[in-house]
Amino acid sequence: MSRWPRRAQYLLLIVWAVFTAMPFLWAITTSFKDVNAVQGHVTYVPWLEFEPTLEAWRQIFGGAGGVNLVGPFVNSLIITVCASAIAIVLGALAAYGLSRFRYRIGPAKNKDIVFFFVSQRIMPPVVLVIPFFFLLQMPGLLDTRLGLIIVTVALLLPIAVWVMVDFFDNIPREIDEMAMLEGCTPMQAFLRAIVPNSAPGLTVAAMFCAVFGWNDFFFAFRLTFTQVQTLPQAVVALNSSIPPWWTLSAAALFGIIPLLVLAVLVERYLSKGNLAGAVR
Amino acid sequence: MSVVAQSLTSWVDGEAHLDDVTLTLEPGRIHTVLGRTGAGKTSLLRVLAGLSDVDSGDVLLDGRSLREVPPWRRETAMVYQQFINYPHLTALENVMFPLRRAKVPAAEAQRRAKEALEQVGLTHLSDRRPGALSGGQQQRVAIARALARRARILLLDEPLVNLDFKLREQLREELRGLFSGVGETVVVYTTTEPAEALMLGDEVIVMHEGRVAQVGSPAVIFETPATTAVARVVNDPPMNVIPGTLQGEHVAVRGLDLLPRASHLAGFADGPYLVGIPAPSLTFGTGPGVLATITFVEISGSETFVHVDLQGTELVVRAEGIHDVSTGDRVSMTVDPSRLFLFTEDGTLAAAPPHGRS
Repeated sequence: MSRWPRRAQYLLLIVWAVFTAMPFLWAITTSFKDVNAVQGHVTYVPWLEFEPTLEAWRQIFGGAGGVNLVGPFVNSLIITVCASAIAIVLGALAAYGLSRFRYRIGPAKNKDIVFFFVSQRIMPPVVLVIPFFFLLQMPGLLDTRLGLIIVTVALLLPIAVWVMVDFFDNIPREIDEMAMLEGCTPMQAFLRAIVPNSAPGLTVAAMFCAVFGWNDFFFAFRLTFTQVQTLPQAVVALNSSIPPWWTLSAAALFGIIPLLVLAVLVERYLSKGNLAGAVR
Repeated sequence: MSVVAQSLTSWVDGEAHLDDVTLTLEPGRIHTVLGRTGAGKTSLLRVLAGLSDVDSGDVLLDGRSLREVPPWRRETAMVYQQFINYPHLTALENVMFPLRRAKVPAAEAQRRAKEALEQVGLTHLSDRRPGALSGGQQQRVAIARALARRARILLLDEPLVNLDFKLREQLREELRGLFSGVGETVVVYTTTEPAEALMLGDEVIVMHEGRVAQVGSPAVIFETPATTAVARVVNDPPMNVIPGTLQGEHVAVRGLDLLPRASHLAGFADGPYLVGIPAPSLTFGTGPGVLATITFVEISGSETFVHVDLQGTELVVRAEGIHDVSTGDRVSMTVDPSRLFLFTEDGTLAAAPPHGRS
């Protein structure tokens, strides 16, 4: 192979990297600007092109004339972590069952049941939110973290099931059979032989759940009002007729932090985890 | 102490995986199950292990039905043809796993696991995970795990089939020794290879199309195959079975010259039969004889399998050594008439060559 295609690849990757990095650069610089600095043409170099200020960051942490995003951040964190954890536990159990045992609900077999789960995500959120509203209203869970956790679990479960069914299907069935022959009940086989080998699948599922859970705006917006506010809601609430670009940028960056941490943690895990040895 | 399979029958999608299989499996003996792919070998093992259900029939252990006993209470060890180990555990931990599940104290479990790994020659790799072992080593771990348990029933499902030739030969040799210490365990070992079944088995069970075709010692199975199906399965290459007739002093086989009727074929009425011609009883040369066309040559090193077309009949010849023949060559065929098998037209054995001649 000549070196040219390789160079072309790098060139392409560099262009793409710049393309994806630009919004971040823009947001980072903007978050250190004030109202004067955002006017006119776009500037990037602090001190030379504009005078950096921490005003925007002060404002999102309760500074004068601003809001405090820490509360919504904590809400989002609690809801995302709890909902993801529940969805992954339930999802993995459901997926294991669907991968290993035959079910029949009327004419529906395993594949149809999996599709039923996934199909929950096909429905437009607008359609789902109405029944959710009434379901939460009855036990008085509207505008509570618990209510939002329950709804989020319902939204994340299809993703967890889908990812995990596919993953379990690729683990040789002989491994759990052998565990059973070696004294494990089906549940013990799952916990002792399958779960320890499922880190990559669980990680992917957890990542999807966390990202979807964290980014949810719509359901939080419709199902909570004054008591509970999640971060996406709070960020949107910052907006006004004249967009305060500096605080919006700071808020957006603040909101990205958990996902950034997650990405770094997960990336190492994903590349390390593989199932070599399980299959010949 | 024996395991009895009683008329096991299992239908899957209108196809019989097991068809009225009845067997008595004795402890301390090695039962090899020989049959082609799809003969029901794996189905039998899965039923014995409790992993698959049967439509009818039962498995008895010491006269007690195992029907309601789930796999995890059956004390059955299994070695799969895929090298199945727990990927997240080291070799030693893998072998210890079933022992710990059986509540063997940790120290004792470790001692037994080390012992088993030593038996299979893997002591130096006991800290490695399966992913860092070769296929042969992985299968050794699986075998050690099965042996260390000292289970009541030890099932091996074509354990060597996925290994390369040399490793297979080597491990086959070792298995003989490893099995000698199983004591009160019922060992069932499936294979598609006649040599493996005959060499390892105290008793050979030949399966064909979900049924037990014949049960007997390796010598009995090999020398007196009960049916044409058994005759084909226990010989490598498969025995040639072609229609022929007994006519007075002769045996007439389509495409071959009239053969003298050997003494073991005396006493049978003249008429149509199926004649079994073992591949080694055929020789080819350039001298006089029936002309056949070579269709395919397999050289295995020490022997050559030559497939010929004899006036429309396909035959396989097994010849010692390497032969310089190639596809399309015309050769003459001769048969040793004292080594012929005779089957009735429905495939049941009528006469076999005398002991020592097959």
